[in-house]
Amino acid sequence: MSTVAFAVIAILTLAAALAAATLQKLMHAALSFAVMFVGISAFFFLLGAEFVGLVQIFVYIGAVAVLIVFTILLTRDDTGKVRSFNWGGVIVAIAVFVGLVWAIAKTKSLPLTPSQIEPITVQRIGELLMTNYVWPLQCVGVLLTAALIGALILVMEEKS
Amino acid sequence: MTLPILLVISSGLFCIGLLAALSRRHAIFILIGIEMMLAAANLNFIAFWRFGPQPAQPTGMMVAIFAIAIAAAEAAVGLAMVIVVYRHFRSTNVDQLDRLKG
Amino acid sequence: MNSWITNNVWLIPAAPIAASLLILAFGKAARRAAAAVAIVGQIAALTMSIFAFVPTLHSHGFRAVQNFTWFTFGEQILRIGFVLDPLAAAMLLMIALVGLCIFVFSIGYMGEDKNFSRFFAYLSFFSGAMLGVVVANSLLLLFVFWELVGLASYLLIGFWIERPSAAAAAKKAFITTRIGDMGFFLGILLLYHRSGTLLFYDGGRGCLEPVALSAIGSSVTLVALLIFCGAMGKSGQFPLHVWLPDAMEGPTPVSALIHAATMVAAGVFLVARVYPIFSVGAINGVTPSLTVVVWIGVITGLMAALIAIAQFDIKRILAYSTVSQLGLMMVSLGAGGVAAGIMHLLAHGFFKALLFLGAGSVIHGLHHEQDIRKMGGLHRLMPITFLTYAVGMMALSGVPFFFSGGWTKEEILHATSNWPRSHLPHYLALIGVILTALYMTRQIIYVFFGNRRAASEHAHESPSVMAIPLIVLAVCAVFLSVVLTPAWPWLESYLTGHPARFDARLLIQPMIVVSLALVGAGVSVGIWMYRRAGEADPLQHAQPALFRFLENKMWIDEIYGRTVIALSAILARLSDWMDRHVWDALVQDIGRIGQFLGRVTTSADERVINAGVDESTSGAHGLGRLMSRWHSGQIQTYLGAVALGMLALVLLYAWLG
Repeated sequence: MSTVAFAVIAILTLAAALAAATLQKLMHAALSFAVMFVGISAFFFLLGAEFVGLVQIFVYIGAVAVLIVFTILLTRDDTGKVRSFNWGGVIVAIAVFVGLVWAIAKTKSLPLTPSQIEPITVQRIGELLMTNYVWPLQCVGVLLTAALIGALILVMEEKS
Repeated sequence: MTLPILLVISSGLFCIGLLAALSRRHAIFILIGIEMMLAAANLNFIAFWRFGPQPAQPTGMMVAIFAIAIAAAEAAVGLAMVIVVYRHFRSTNVDQLDRLKG
Repeated sequence: MNSWITNNVWLIPAAPIAASLLILAFGKAARRAAAAVAIVGQIAALTMSIFAFVPTLHSHGFRAVQNFTWFTFGEQILRIGFVLDPLAAAMLLMIALVGLCIFVFSIGYMGEDKNFSRFFAYLSFFSGAMLGVVVANSLLLLFVFWELVGLASYLLIGFWIERPSAAAAAKKAFITTRIGDMGFFLGILLLYHRSGTLLFYDGGRGCLEPVALSAIGSSVTLVALLIFCGAMGKSGQFPLHVWLPDAMEGPTPVSALIHAATMVAAGVFLVARVYPIFSVGAINGVTPSLTVVVWIGVITGLMAALIAIAQFDIKRILAYSTVSQLGLMMVSLGAGGVAAGIMHLLAHGFFKALLFLGAGSVIHGLHHEQDIRKMGGLHRLMPITFLTYAVGMMALSGVPFFFSGGWTKEEILHATSNWPRSHLPHYLALIGVILTALYMTRQIIYVFFGNRRAASEHAHESPSVMAIPLIVLAVCAVFLSVVLTPAWPWLESYLTGHPARFDARLLIQPMIVVSLALVGAGVSVGIWMYRRAGEADPLQHAQPALFRFLENKMWIDEIYGRTVIALSAILARLSDWMDRHVWDALVQDIGRIGQFLGRVTTSADERVINAGVDESTSGAHGLGRLMSRWHSGQIQTYLGAVALGMLALVLLYAWLG
């Protein structure tokens, strides 16, 4: 049962990703971008990382995708002039994929079945964040602040 | 659902992201590609965590969480830059951004 | 005090030399200070000479010797020293006193010269060096001072450096005396080689003492003759006399000090000092070396006196007179009359200096006119000069009784008449006496008597700073006659160590009568010949060929010019040709090789190295241009490159397992 679901989610994700990469119209690409993230969240849920999956939905779909849509709106292009497709990039991407797959195939002793665990509670994550990972947490906080301020400064128009 | 399959899927996602970043001319598509690559990496982390020797320690989850946070910050800044570039060049075609040409 | 000075005889030459260095150190500005320093130095030397003279009076045969080691090389020790004996003491007094008179005279004579200070520095230097010659106890030390005296003479003859004739005369003097000095040095070397010592007196081992003299053995004549070469050069004996008349280019005080009284006397002094070497193995007082001395002296004396008759320059007459008198002194020394020769030397020092200073006074008063044909009638205009000059003239001519020159000349004639080898020098000396009186009478008539000719119109007497030394010297010339009389031969006994007795009968001797007669003959002939002398010389009128021969110094300078000097000129041209065409060509060829190598290196550098560098740089250029194409500025290109790099790493990692 889970195998079928897994296969469907996998196909959905990959298709959405492909669509996001190759569609010509920006809005369509952005929307399929969001669908892809849904698929990835489903993967997270399947793997038992529920919290991360939810965070993914909140952040990526709720924020990043929306941000991208807004940016598309703000940077309206006059009828897209350049439609050329760079085939060199395709070749590189395919080469990288082949290489990675080959590396994976060559790796021995990859565990095949996941081990049973208790679900990780949010409380547990919160505890860990505040104790073991408090420094990274603070740093990320600072980083986010800086990024926001930076983005604002970049975008703010100078008073002329 | 075995680890190798998961790895192959995440590799595929990664390469599709790479494809988007390399072969599109629009700046936003490059950002989309980068976000895709980051997401694929997150998937990789979680997969390894789950199938790893000590899944009781949510190390992989923590990394993924932080990576998401950082990716969001990076997306914000990147998009801000796209806007600024658009204001300056009136276009989002990266072919025109070749000041680094040496 | 006495013993102190005999132990510190070296101070006597040191004082004037120190004065000279002091003057040279302070430059030409302080003129009065320069003269004062020089005179103070000379007075110090004179005072110390007097103090040194006193102890030598006490005992006969007094000799104080002080030797010390100069340096050692290997095992040989070189010792030098100072000696004080009657010979040295008498010479010291004469040199110091005459020198002092000349220094004072120079203040007036050189008063307008702009190199006043330099003159006094050189004079002091000369005085110190001459005093050093006299007190040296080592032949080597004597030679050192000898050379310093020669140097001072060169500097002073050529004092007016802007005159080419003065420079040429100084050079001639130096070179001619150098030829003599070469022989002198060879003699020193031979002496040292044979006897092992150069000290004169060394407690029995000195080279003038019997042990060393017998060690010299058979080469004693050669040593003596070589040393005599030096004496010939310095004292202007034939054939090295040619520099002395030319040396009159120097200022007159220089002529007085150096070429009348002191330096030229050094040669005679040298022969007297090393007399034991000359007289080794004497039979009846005759040795081969002494014979040579006699003949050279007599040739010199006669030749110079003949030339003096035909000269028109007031100083040249005196110069040839000096040469003649030096020849006479050499004759005396060679014939055995050492004391006579030295006494004449001392007396000659005083009256010749007097004559030269008198001539200087005349020159100064006539505004530097030196031709006697343009003088005349000065005896009323310059009375002091005339009177002192007359005293000097009579002393030189040999008027006995009141003038020192007379007694000494008589002693010399006495010594030559006793010479066993031959009587010819004696007769020639007699002729010399006549000639001396003749030319001096000629000179004094030309200069002081007769009508006033061209330059005499504006003559004036000299200032007292010049007149007083003249008077002092004249007094000395007279005073010496007192101590020189044969009746009381004090000076002779002082020099030879024999006791002296006062014997009035000795005042009248046959030789005195002879010499008086000769002097009288000479003077009267002179007066008769020249009493109406004017612009033209009577002898020149009577015997023009002979006169021209004598006037041109017997053409000796010209003979030298054709022979010796021409030979050295040929050698010089030959050396020049060799230098230019042989050595220079060699050097040029080497240079050309160097040039060729340089060209090869340059072309190698350009073609090979430069080209190589150029190629590599253009290669790097091309490579750079190639690689810059990767920097397209397109981020997608960069990203693709990164992806490929990452792929490579992954593959590598996987492949390595």
